[in-house]
Amino acid sequence: MAGLSFDLIALQLFAGLALGAIYVLFAIGLSLIFGMLTVVNFAHGAFYMVGAYVGLYLISIGGNFWICLVAVPIAIGLFGLVVERVLIRPLYGRGIDYPLLLTFGLSYVMVECVRIAFGKTGYPFDTPEVLQGAVDIGVGYFPLYRLFVIAATAVVLLALWLFLEKTSFGLIIRAGARDPQIVRILGVDVSRVWLIVFGIGTAIAGFAGLLAAPLQGVIPEMGGTILAEAFVVTVVGGMGSIGGAVLAGLLVGVVVSMTSLFAPEMAKVSIFALMAIVLIVRPQGFFGRAGLMS
Amino acid sequence: MTETTQSIKQPRATAGGWYEFATRHRASIVAAVILIFPLVMPFTALAVNILIYGLYALGFNLVFGYLGLLSFGHAALFGTGAYLCGIAIVHFGWPWYAAIAAGIAGGLLMALLIGVLAIRTRGIYFAMVTMALSQCVYYLFYQAVDLTGGENGLRGINVRTIDLFGLRIDFINPMIRYYVIAAFVIAAFFVMSRILASPFGAVIEAVRENEMRARASGYDVTLTRLLTFVLSGGFCGLAGALQALHLSIVPIEILHYETSGLVVMIALLGGMGTFFGPMVGAAVFLVLENIVSVWTVHWQLIVGAIFIACVLFFPAGIWGTLIARGKR
Repeated sequence: MAGLSFDLIALQLFAGLALGAIYVLFAIGLSLIFGMLTVVNFAHGAFYMVGAYVGLYLISIGGNFWICLVAVPIAIGLFGLVVERVLIRPLYGRGIDYPLLLTFGLSYVMVECVRIAFGKTGYPFDTPEVLQGAVDIGVGYFPLYRLFVIAATAVVLLALWLFLEKTSFGLIIRAGARDPQIVRILGVDVSRVWLIVFGIGTAIAGFAGLLAAPLQGVIPEMGGTILAEAFVVTVVGGMGSIGGAVLAGLLVGVVVSMTSLFAPEMAKVSIFALMAIVLIVRPQGFFGRAGLMS
Repeated sequence: MTETTQSIKQPRATAGGWYEFATRHRASIVAAVILIFPLVMPFTALAVNILIYGLYALGFNLVFGYLGLLSFGHAALFGTGAYLCGIAIVHFGWPWYAAIAAGIAGGLLMALLIGVLAIRTRGIYFAMVTMALSQCVYYLFYQAVDLTGGENGLRGINVRTIDLFGLRIDFINPMIRYYVIAAFVIAAFFVMSRILASPFGAVIEAVRENEMRARASGYDVTLTRLLTFVLSGGFCGLAGALQALHLSIVPIEILHYETSGLVVMIALLGGMGTFFGPMVGAAVFLVLENIVSVWTVHWQLIVGAIFIACVLFFPAGIWGTLIARGKR
C-alpha cells in the first residue's frame, strides 16, 4: 500500500462526496414521492435517464449546459405530472404494490422509447468548458466539475428545504405526509398536492441525470443501476426521510469511493454490505420511524 | 370454469362439481396439459422455455401471490440455481441428477441468505431490499470469473445423455428433452399443490390475509415468511438448474434484475395467487414475445405497455379474470 498518503485519501473522500451528491438527489426525489404518496417509483431511474437524454438533445440543437440546468428539470417535471395524473392516480387505494408495478412497466416503455429515438449505444457527454479542469482544494487538485456537482446539489437541497419549511404550500405537503385524511377534511385538495410532489420528485431525478451525464456518459440503461443503489440509500437512510436520504447518500458515495481505492473489485458490492449491516442493526434505517412500513 | 385457489378478495367458492374436481386434481390437470403441450406448439424449444419459466413463476407466485410479498430479487434464486448446477457439471464433473440437486440447494441457500435480511423489513421495503440484494449477487457472480466465467457466462455444460437406472436417454433430441424437463416440472407442481393444501399452506395465506390475526392465533409470522421464501427458492433453483441444462450455458444476464422483473410480469399476467396462473402467464408471455419479436426489435416497448394495461385494467391477470367470469 505504498503511496497512500493523507492527501490521496482526502481527495478520494471528495470524489466520494461528488458521487454521493448524485445519490442524494436521486434518493430525495424517491423519498419525497414515497413519503407523500406511498408510491415506490420504480421508473425513477428512467426519469433520471431521460433527463440526461433531454440534456443531450438540447445541446445537440444548440443549447448550452446552463440552459439545460433549467430546462431539463422543467421538462422532466412536466412529464412526471402527466404520468401521475394519467397512470398513477387511478391506482390510489388499490394496494401499495400496484403503483410500484405500474412504474416498473413504465420504465420498460421509457427505456425502449429512448432506444428508438437515440439508438442502443451510449453517447459521451462533454463537460461544459467553464467547468473543465481542476482546482486546488488544499489537499490536491480536484476536478472542477465535481465541485460544481456538490455545489449544485447543495443549492437544490437548500431550495427544497426552504420550500418545504418556509412556504405555506410546503406546510401542506408536510401535513399531507403525516395525515392525508385530516388535510383533506381541512379542505385541501390532496390529490393536487400529490400531483405536484410527484412532479418535483421527477424533476429532481431529471436534474440528477443531467448532472451525472458528464461524469459517466449517457446510455439507455443508466437508470437501472442507480435505482438499485438508490434503494440501498433509502434503506440505510430510512424511507421517507429526506435528512436520512442526504446523509445516507453521501455515506454510500464515500463508501464506494473508499472501497474502490483499497479494493476496486469490491466497490459495487460494498454498498450492499453496508445495507446488510444496517438491516441487521437498525432495520428502519438511520432516520426511519419504526413500523412506518407496516 | 375450473377454479383453483381464491384470488385475494374472493371468498372460497363452495358449489360446483367442476370446481371441486379441478381443485382436487389441479396438479394432475397441469400434468396432462404439459404432456400434450409440445404437440400443439410451433416448435419444441419454445415449449421448453414455457415449462422452465412457468416453474420459475410458480416458485415466485408462492411468495407474491400466496404470501403477499412482492420480491424483486428472484433472479438471484433462479440464477444461483442455474450457476450451481452448471458449476457442479463443468468444474466438478458431477452427474446430471447431482447437479440438479446442487441447483435446488443453491436456490434454497440463496433464498435463506436473502430472506434472513429482507424479512426484517416489511411491506414495500421488501421489494427494494430483495432487488438490491439480488443486484449484489449479480456483482459477486460477475466478479468470480474463475468459477462463473464472468461476463462471458458459464460455458460447457454439455449433458448429452441422461442415464436413468441403466437406461440411456438421448438429451439432444428436443422432444425427449422436453419430456425429461417436463417430468421435473410436473413433480414440482405436485409438490407445490401438496404444500398449498397442507396446514402450512393455510398459514401462508392467513399471514397474507391478516398478519395481526395470524400472530394472535399463535403463528410465527416471521418464520412463516422466511420458510415460504426459502421454499420458493427451492422451486426457482430447480427452474434455474433445468435452464442451465437446457441452454448448455449460463449467461450472466440470468442474474440481472430484468430476470426478476420478467417473473413479476409473468405472474401478474397469468394471475397472482392462482395455481394455474404462472403456467398460463408464462405461455402467453413467451408466445407473445415470439410473435412480436418477428416484426419488431422493440419488444420491451410492447411488453411494458401490456404490463401497464394489466396493472390498470386486469390486476387479477388472465387466469384470475377467467375465474371471476366463470363464477358469475
